[in-house]
Amino acid sequence: MMSHQNTTATSQVDITRVKPYGDTLNDGMVQMSFTLPVPAGEEAAEAARILAKKMGLDEPSVVYQRDLGIGYSYFIVYGKCQHTVDYSSIKVTKVEGDVMDRLECEKFIEENIKRTVTMVGASTGTDAHTVGIDAIMNMKGFNGHFGLERYQGINAINMGSQVPNEELIARAIEEKADAILVSQTVTQKDVHIANLTNMVELCEAEGVRDKILLLCGGPRISHELAQELGFDAGFGTDSYAENVASYVLTELVERKRV
Amino acid sequence: MTSKLNLDPKVIDSARSSAKRIAESMQEFIDRHTTVSTERTILRLLGIDGVDDVDRPLPNVIVDAIKEAGGLPRGVAYWIGNAIVQTGKSPQDIAEAVGRGELDLTKLEQGSAEDAAKAVEPYVDESLGIIRAQTAKRNEYLATIGEGRRPYLYVIVATGNIYEDVIQAQAAARQGADIIAVIRTTAQSLLDYVPYGATTEGFGGTYATQENFRIMRKALDEVGEEVGRYIRLCNYSSGLCMAEIAAMGALERLDVMLNDALYGILFRDINMQRTIVDQYFSRVIIGYCGIIFNSGEDNYLTTDDAVEAAHTVLASQLMNEQFAVLANIPEEQMGLGHAFEIDPETENGFLLELSQAQMAKEIFPNASLKYMPPTKFMTGNIFRGHIQDALFNLVAVWTGQSLQLLGMLTEALHTPHLHDRMLSIENAKYIFNNARDIGEEVEFKKDGMIQKRAQKVLKDAEELLAQIEKDGLFPTIEAGKFAAVKRPFNGGKGLDGVCKRDELYFNPFIGKMLGGAK
Repeated sequence: MMSHQNTTATSQVDITRVKPYGDTLNDGMVQMSFTLPVPAGEEAAEAARILAKKMGLDEPSVVYQRDLGIGYSYFIVYGKCQHTVDYSSIKVTKVEGDVMDRLECEKFIEENIKRTVTMVGASTGTDAHTVGIDAIMNMKGFNGHFGLERYQGINAINMGSQVPNEELIARAIEEKADAILVSQTVTQKDVHIANLTNMVELCEAEGVRDKILLLCGGPRISHELAQELGFDAGFGTDSYAENVASYVLTELVERKRV
Repeated sequence: MTSKLNLDPKVIDSARSSAKRIAESMQEFIDRHTTVSTERTILRLLGIDGVDDVDRPLPNVIVDAIKEAGGLPRGVAYWIGNAIVQTGKSPQDIAEAVGRGELDLTKLEQGSAEDAAKAVEPYVDESLGIIRAQTAKRNEYLATIGEGRRPYLYVIVATGNIYEDVIQAQAAARQGADIIAVIRTTAQSLLDYVPYGATTEGFGGTYATQENFRIMRKALDEVGEEVGRYIRLCNYSSGLCMAEIAAMGALERLDVMLNDALYGILFRDINMQRTIVDQYFSRVIIGYCGIIFNSGEDNYLTTDDAVEAAHTVLASQLMNEQFAVLANIPEEQMGLGHAFEIDPETENGFLLELSQAQMAKEIFPNASLKYMPPTKFMTGNIFRGHIQDALFNLVAVWTGQSLQLLGMLTEALHTPHLHDRMLSIENAKYIFNNARDIGEEVEFKKDGMIQKRAQKVLKDAEELLAQIEKDGLFPTIEAGKFAAVKRPFNGGKGLDGVCKRDELYFNPFIGKMLGGAK
């Protein structure tokens, strides 16, 4: 009789020791690509292979290499990752609370806040990109998720791009805003970190840090980073208006600012 | 050319006529005004360069001093010309004396405007001579080493360090790029001066300075000779220093410049009066020196919906064309912009893109259309992104686009890595070669989806232009009809740099450049 022992064994994931999956559990298969500043050739391929090995890949295989025109070479490499991760012990700081959809948010305002909630947002500092703040705030929203302007009971003010932190704070005070939303798209040389830090300092100097919820968002922003910098919450990619609204509304109730 | 889209020539004519009248009515406004940056441009073209002891560019020092004394409405050409008459010095010597605080141009004895104009004329002619020599050099390169086939492969470099940019640009040229754009550091568009010298620090791009232009021009000429193809250089004649940078581009032989007042108004919140005046002089310069300008309609689709707002792109292209006509820019130098930005989840979205691109080609058959890649729906899924870019490339070769700004699979993640650019060039070359004559071979079904879509977009654009003609362009922008962005007539940046010209005002370059001075 044939034994089925092996097949059942390999389909059992050990969540304390997970590794990449190619086509067989625990094969550790990883694909990657990178450039080395050396001319293409056998030596270059060997350099790429050794490097992959140092990254913890067993049996690294350079499947493609290409000269980039200035004595640099591009590689596509496969290998089997030796390392494992204990998935069961992972803790990630996330924005707490359930996400309500737009209609639920509107109902929540009606029942629990009973007044208009004002949020002022901008892409600040030197950042000229409005794509993030527009996705969250503008009527149209993004990817089928309406923006905050669409929400009954929310007064959403989008100040656009390249807004100095001082102006954003001044407007928030003027509008008696409940929350300030800061968008940062350009993150080259960590320009966003300096700008966000400055924002927190200015809010403290203006004495509004404890009165207005301070949120930031962008492709390189995580909740953990945001909290580290002194923000109340941070929103990364795949965040929509409802994520922001749900957080702000529940916090307002929690902090008895209704 | 027979229309593959069965577009009605009468509708095209009607839309174009509206655009013409809109541009002409704006020209009346333009001809009554000048700006600090337009005046600084005249100074640069008169050969004034350098900085004072606190690193302020001399053109700014002089214009600020004249403005302070209330002399701006007369224009710097008068003040410099008069100073030449009174002191016998050259513009540069005069500028340096002003920079040291030794000379106040408005306190000198004031002669006639005729004498001032006569005094600056040799410097005007000298400057035009330098620009013509650069144009001749470009033509010589095109005649000897030649150029790539259209659509030109257009890539960006954006390291922040001009010397690092050179490495990336030369690599891109060796991989097959035809146009290298050096992206500007973020927020330079809002600086009311042009930084001086070579720079190595920028965010998301590199400062546009005359020295940086010179460094990159030299590098591209070298690599162009090596690969046997003239490599075009692109930068930004936009923002508060629109015209100044056009002058620098003319002097340093740039080939392509982004230049669009509407873009500055909508996306950089630059005051509309300021930038429409600056745009005119910048386009006169661009037309004169053979630069292809790129307009920024593609950006409308990053904030507005590419399906619903398609007609705003066409309407804006038509206006940009007519603004260019008034600046005497030949059709071949009109790089009117549009983009492949329809949500990839849209059923038959590719057909709509094809329709829009073919329509642009048929309405502007001799223009050098600039086609922009998907950006809004690039997600970080680099594998799908690479396919989106492939579809974009297919539309371009199919519809005969001229300047193909290559999409990067890592769009929305980071400024392009060295190999991202290689993968993009490879993608475009593969598709352009594999489908080279598809446009010659394939026609569109009569009254099918592609034809009907183009006809509708054209009709909507015609109606929008008729409305703008009635309301005026400035009120239309104030109402948020473009890109769903509203901007006030007296708001935005740079308004305090605008003034009315007085009766003695003259700009010695405009007449000569428009006349194609030899």
